[in-house]
Amino acid sequence: MALPIYASPLERVWHYAYIAICVLIFLFLIGPILVVIPLSFTSDAYFSFTDKMLHFDPAGYSLRWYDTLLTLGHPVPEGPRDGTWWKLAWEHSTWIQAAKNSFWVGLWATIMATTLGTIAALGLSRPEMPGRRMIMAVLISPMIVPIIIIAVGMSFFYAKACVAPDSAMGAIFGWMLSNKGCLANSYLGVIIAHAVLGIPFVIITVTATLSGFDQSLIRAAHSMGANPRVTFFKVVMPLILPGIISGALFAFVTSFDEVVAVLFIAGPEQQTIPRQMFNGIREAISPAILAVATILVIISVMLLATVELLRRRSERLRGVTPR
Amino acid sequence: MAEAATTLLTTSDGRPLKAALATAQARAKRRAFLLVLPLLLFVLLTFLIPIGYMLKRSLEHDGFSGSAPSLSAWFKQQPGFDPANPPEEAYAALVSDLALMQKDKTTGMAGTRINYTVPGTISLFKAGARAAKDLQPPYKEALLALDPEWGMPRLWRAMEAASSPYTTEFYQVATDRKLGDTGWARGADQDRIYLYLFFKTFLVSGAITVICLLLAFPVAHLLAVLPMSKSSLLMILVLLPFWTSLLVRTTAWIALLQEQGIVNDLLVWAGILSDDNRLQAMYNMTGTIVAMTHVLLPFMILPLYSVMRVIPPSYARASRSLGATSWTTFRRIYVPQTLPGIAAGSLLVFILAVGYYITPALVGGADGQLISNLISFHMTKSNWSLAAALAAMLLAAILVLYWLYDRLIGIDRLKLG
Repeated sequence: MALPIYASPLERVWHYAYIAICVLIFLFLIGPILVVIPLSFTSDAYFSFTDKMLHFDPAGYSLRWYDTLLTLGHPVPEGPRDGTWWKLAWEHSTWIQAAKNSFWVGLWATIMATTLGTIAALGLSRPEMPGRRMIMAVLISPMIVPIIIIAVGMSFFYAKACVAPDSAMGAIFGWMLSNKGCLANSYLGVIIAHAVLGIPFVIITVTATLSGFDQSLIRAAHSMGANPRVTFFKVVMPLILPGIISGALFAFVTSFDEVVAVLFIAGPEQQTIPRQMFNGIREAISPAILAVATILVIISVMLLATVELLRRRSERLRGVTPR
Repeated sequence: MAEAATTLLTTSDGRPLKAALATAQARAKRRAFLLVLPLLLFVLLTFLIPIGYMLKRSLEHDGFSGSAPSLSAWFKQQPGFDPANPPEEAYAALVSDLALMQKDKTTGMAGTRINYTVPGTISLFKAGARAAKDLQPPYKEALLALDPEWGMPRLWRAMEAASSPYTTEFYQVATDRKLGDTGWARGADQDRIYLYLFFKTFLVSGAITVICLLLAFPVAHLLAVLPMSKSSLLMILVLLPFWTSLLVRTTAWIALLQEQGIVNDLLVWAGILSDDNRLQAMYNMTGTIVAMTHVLLPFMILPLYSVMRVIPPSYARASRSLGATSWTTFRRIYVPQTLPGIAAGSLLVFILAVGYYITPALVGGADGQLISNLISFHMTKSNWSLAAALAAMLLAAILVLYWLYDRLIGIDRLKLG
């Protein structure tokens, strides 16, 4: 990036202007995310820096909005915050309920998407796979088709996808469905929708890892008497694990951040964090949303760090050295 | 040797080699396909069938045909029916259906169905249904005396079309065509809301794509020419927004751009703006464009970066040594080599922008809404078939762009981070 020795004065000026422009663009990218963090510690109900905050007056800062996250949605008993108090908050706080829903929906959606996606990616990266391009196009399309279209289609279909509660099907699947025995307004419906949205990410990351995978290792394992299952778990899986994990993380984040499908197909019970935030921003905007946002930023920093470490490990294993 | 070439090559158990190879290859193909099959079935059931079902809904509405059986049956027997002058039997069938609607409480459904093509008819149907059981023959005169609007030719055209549950009328409505007394025609310019919104969505998406390209190009170049150790640090600044919740980023922009927000506070503090003259940058199109540019920028930077990283610097040096200025080198040597990245990033950003919903819904106000928001609006108003028709049109546009992306770039070149 150093200037060449023959650079003219104009080029020197341009060089520093260019670096300044890049700094500004990085600021545009990262600034809005960082600005949320100090704002969430405000002691007022405003969405901007108050005078007290700008003068670093301790009275301008507080944890009251983080406290709101624990107490919103249930009557708070007076008295010390002991075990029973925390138990009440854990069981009744609106935000904590939303966090639990988001976590469980995300987890099951990720398991579904990662299992099906990894197996499919193994098939897709075989050279003899027929119709590879067409099938890839179909499997990636949930990422390309606008979420509103997917949500509209699913809301029509889920309302009709019902089993009679008193039938044999209802006895087997009823507990996963809504009271009326439908996919609409049920946890299963939301999990399936999020699994579909996560599949493209799993396919992309796992096929990318498999593209550097030496297929003769599979033949070597077979020739030494390993059956397909042993070959997969002992030979293939350890090598492509970084790709699987980062695909799974992408799928989890997709589900954890998804709101449109939830708005269209979920019932009032399936309140998730993004849905709670979406309604909060639309109706009564309070700095409690900034407190949630701060927590989510910290989570995404940790996820990003994990994925980066995995990527480097995978590159090292495949012998791709960073230049 | 000549003899060996003419005898067929066989495997050790005596089968011709060619046939054995074909069997083995077919088995390998089948195995590969079997691995993909579970996921394909899952996607078919949970993604493709719901979308197909949506397309079916866009062509189907039984609000009128289901609640007006006599008139629907009468229309079927009268293929050459003249809507300008319906006969007495048609009016008689209509009156008996109106009475039935009042009894079954289906007036709203029937009125809503006709209301899509002839606006203002819900109240007409309600008044007609209330009076229907007291009407005496001749029904034509009786109904026209009740309200002369019952004689409108376009109303009869609409009822004839609605007598079948299957219709393409929602596409006519979604492309701003109006049903007149002589048939469907182009609507008045001020009423062309849907096509206008499609046009606006494409225009705004195009503007966002261009802004993203202008912002992404210098950053991607910087990342590509820096040594790996430094660029991977800076890359984190690009990837962090990518991993941060969309709602967090939208919230952040509300905090920054609202009237009492940080950007306005800074501008007032710096004396650039007076306090009563604050920028209106939120809850309008400006807010939508700024926030969407921020959200979509990483999707432009990443493909540009992956193309720029492999451009050898020697070409630019050769061009300089042959006497080209740095501008010429940039324009004629560097930019052409980045074109694959530009195409990939721009198409991806454009595709994602066209279908965007959350950001316009939260920061767009009344003026910054895009086509997705209109689809959602019609869904909440229970105009399901119209919402489905609009969604189908959006889907068609996206599929064309997706096909283009696959032809130009290839889906398997799509990368994440």
